[in-house]
Amino acid sequence: MTVTVLLFASYADALGKSAIELDVAPGSTVRDILGTLCAMPGGDRLPPRPLVAVNQEYASASTTLQGGEEVAVIPPVAGG
Amino acid sequence: MRVALVDSPIDVAALISEVSDDSCGAATVFLGSVRNVNEGRAVTGIEYSAYRSMAEREMSAIAHEAAERFGVTRLIVEHRLGTLGLGDVSVAIVSAHPHRAPALDAMRFAIEQLKRRVPIWKLELYVDGTREWVGAVSIPEGVR
Repeated sequence: MTVTVLLFASYADALGKSAIELDVAPGSTVRDILGTLCAMPGGDRLPPRPLVAVNQEYASASTTLQGGEEVAVIPPVAGG
Repeated sequence: MRVALVDSPIDVAALISEVSDDSCGAATVFLGSVRNVNEGRAVTGIEYSAYRSMAEREMSAIAHEAAERFGVTRLIVEHRLGTLGLGDVSVAIVSAHPHRAPALDAMRFAIEQLKRRVPIWKLELYVDGTREWVGAVSIPEGVR
């Protein structure tokens, strides 16, 4: 199954891209996705436990994915 | 109640007129704008970016929470994206209510929640030509 990973701001700079299609095993969790990202070039610049949203809602590392989700890795927000 | 991400200058007068109503004896306005210094460094501007779909969703959730908590349904939240110069308005929150306390409380609630939850980022541009992402500490409760 695939998920779409979105990266923003400093995290997009770190990995050099703002969207990645990831092929992942059924039953994968947000934590698994983060592990994959950390192993990519520049992934060592992500914090150990970044904020994540699944389909535009804040989610925990243990959230299980069904495939087709939009998984966004959210840097510290700074609106206003 | 209305929330929006906008790419052009925020028209504050238009927002006040939109939020006002003859039933309301109080209207409030909060404006956030680009400051010329941050943590001792001279700033020339800020580039705002967002996770647009989620940002609009969170802003809308905040407006609904404000309505529930304070009974304020006349509330508008607009945040501007793109490159802004010194003094430009980046965010406007306007509220109106028959009485001032709920109008003020809802406005304060909306800006504090926006700063905490809405996925918007600032790339600060400095006088010396360098630029840096601003990292406000932000972990919504119960997320991890």
